[in-house]
Amino acid sequence: MPESSSQSNSDQRSTPELRGRAGRMLTEKWFSYLCVATATSSVAVLCWLLYSILSHGLPALSWTLLSNPPEPDPEQAGVRPAFFGTVWVCAMCGLMTLPIGIATAILLEEFPPKSKLGGWVYGLIQLNISNLAGVPSVVYGILGLTAFVSMFGLFERDQDSQSSGFELGVTYYNQFFSEGDRAILIPVENVDDKLSVVSEGMEAYTFARDADGATIVDYSKLVPTEINVITYDDPYPEDPAVLENTLFADAEAGRVSQKSWYYFQVPFGRGVLAGAMTLMLVILPVIIISSQEALRAVPSSLRAGALGLGATPWQVVRTVTLPAAIPGIMTGAILAMSRAIGETAPILIIAGIVYIRNAPQHLMDDFTVMPLQIYNWTSRPQEAFHDIAAGGIIILLAILLSFNAIAVLIRQKMQKPLS
Amino acid sequence: MNTPESTADLNDRVRSILAADRRSLRGVRIREIGVYAVLVLCGVFSLLITIAIVGVLLTETLNFFRSDEVTLSNFLGSGQWTPLLGSTKSFGIWALISGTMLVTVIAMAIALPLGLITAVYLSEYAPRKVRAVLKPVLEVLAGVPTVVYGFFALVTITPFLQWLHGGFNVFNATSGGIAVGILCLPTVCSLAEDALQAVPSSLRDGAYGLGGTRFDATVKVILPAALSGIISAFLLAIARAIGETMIVAIACGSRPQVTGDPRDEIQTMTGFMVQMAGGDVSNFGIEYYSMYAVAFTLFMITLSLTMIGNVVRRRYREAYE
Repeated sequence: MPESSSQSNSDQRSTPELRGRAGRMLTEKWFSYLCVATATSSVAVLCWLLYSILSHGLPALSWTLLSNPPEPDPEQAGVRPAFFGTVWVCAMCGLMTLPIGIATAILLEEFPPKSKLGGWVYGLIQLNISNLAGVPSVVYGILGLTAFVSMFGLFERDQDSQSSGFELGVTYYNQFFSEGDRAILIPVENVDDKLSVVSEGMEAYTFARDADGATIVDYSKLVPTEINVITYDDPYPEDPAVLENTLFADAEAGRVSQKSWYYFQVPFGRGVLAGAMTLMLVILPVIIISSQEALRAVPSSLRAGALGLGATPWQVVRTVTLPAAIPGIMTGAILAMSRAIGETAPILIIAGIVYIRNAPQHLMDDFTVMPLQIYNWTSRPQEAFHDIAAGGIIILLAILLSFNAIAVLIRQKMQKPLS
Repeated sequence: MNTPESTADLNDRVRSILAADRRSLRGVRIREIGVYAVLVLCGVFSLLITIAIVGVLLTETLNFFRSDEVTLSNFLGSGQWTPLLGSTKSFGIWALISGTMLVTVIAMAIALPLGLITAVYLSEYAPRKVRAVLKPVLEVLAGVPTVVYGFFALVTITPFLQWLHGGFNVFNATSGGIAVGILCLPTVCSLAEDALQAVPSSLRDGAYGLGGTRFDATVKVILPAALSGIISAFLLAIARAIGETMIVAIACGSRPQVTGDPRDEIQTMTGFMVQMAGGDVSNFGIEYYSMYAVAFTLFMITLSLTMIGNVVRRRYREAYE
């Protein structure tokens, strides 16, 4: 307070200043009220959000919801395929993203550029990463659609062909239904072969049966069988055992395939791998930035000590910096993974909205994930679907919450003061 | 001790150590180069992503404009977006941009003031105990998946709006905008708080020393000093709101139109892409390529906002001390 000036002036000057001070105090008071009200409102919004979800979702939460496929009937519908889809996609995504992300962070933080050109490239990479972090995830979905699902159309064949450019671990069969309504499978050498005409003595298989005579639809337990081809002129066999292997010469085949767990195709198609790689694009900048921060937090005295003992730059990173930064990197990685779990838009672009009954069986299998299933149910008009969507949200939030809890635990338990 | 034998022994050992060292040093050098090469490859991968995005979007957008049904003047000059209506196809991007802008304005009307005030409160006013509650709450709000906000907007906010005022459509821009605003609030708040925290405490102490209240210090000293960081936070939040997808796809409907009425059904750029991906449109039709043109527009808008935001934060930062 400029007291000397107020003393030297008349009382008339000091009165407005006093009033001004009172006004300022009033502003100060009201502004602090405004602040508290605003801060309270964000807490209130969170409570409102949780209340809305819990009130809809808790009644719908049941073992059925967890263990059933998404049946058309909301009473019977569940999230099992979506849950396993999320596990597959996010595990794959983490396996691919972590090494690349941490390596990029190590490059930028621990290997300073040696030349002017190097410095320029580093600056470019850094700028690029911060810009990539701002790209909407739906754009990554569009990129994944072109780059992974169809691979820029490079492996495009004619439209009739069912095959893709390159396949591994798949056997194709021509499937006939015998007169005894039994599936007869005839292996096909090349997927582009025309649907074959049956003839006697062909290599044929059929599904095995269990003790009760029920068919086991399992391609790994096929049993060889003799087929009996008849024409319309031949007498129609009466014996049911013969009928089961009997086919008319002009029987129409369908093409079925048996895919192993290691089935692989190029281009990837709308499968788990394409989804995981697209999610990788989404969370890569997040992991790079958080790993960089973790590495930056390692005191440089540790590095200097290691260098002074004669360690090479990589030895410094491997034995000193990286171990010290691991808790921070893990925390960032877990938070990035929880982002990947909740990400919907890119997966929606890649996988589309399809009806999936089973967990993915191989990397190219069609899939759906938890948020996508929730979106699917939310966008239906019926109230009952909204309730099971809320139930799915509770499961999803529980997963995310446990992930965050792990991150907090790591942050608290493993982070020792380093300097 | 110093027998000739032991000296020879020692010499041998020194010689063998030196030899071993030299051999391993070569190995070390090769390994260093190898590791560095791998790291550089990983770093270049992030550059490749950008190149791929630009390349893919650009080629497919060019494919879109090469079609007879599309003209650039129609795309940039029309407000009719009807790619799925057989004979009267029109590709006027403004219908989608206007929807995006409406949602973004509503979202920012919520997120910017609330986020900034919360940031000021956290940075200048809040006692430690309040901080310990408020920070996790904001972190949780930031971590909630967007599809959950979409559900919240459709199932809770919309009925609430309809209860307030009968004119609201089941799908309307306001409920989506409010949810996007809630989503962006933690972003604004944490970035703005970082900017406020970066203001050196000497400035704060100076303002208090001159007899300023906390409000005076905040409004006249700290906010101007942190202005670049705050503007950058705002720009990043706007980019986030423009790119937000699931909330608008669920809550805002799917009728592209140029309107200022927040009670009405609209469609955003992102909402259109979701509609295309969810439906079964053939992979080679003009509608399919229109998705890339929309994605390209969206990418250019958000990229320029993010870049300006990053530049503002770096270039115009008031450097103290």
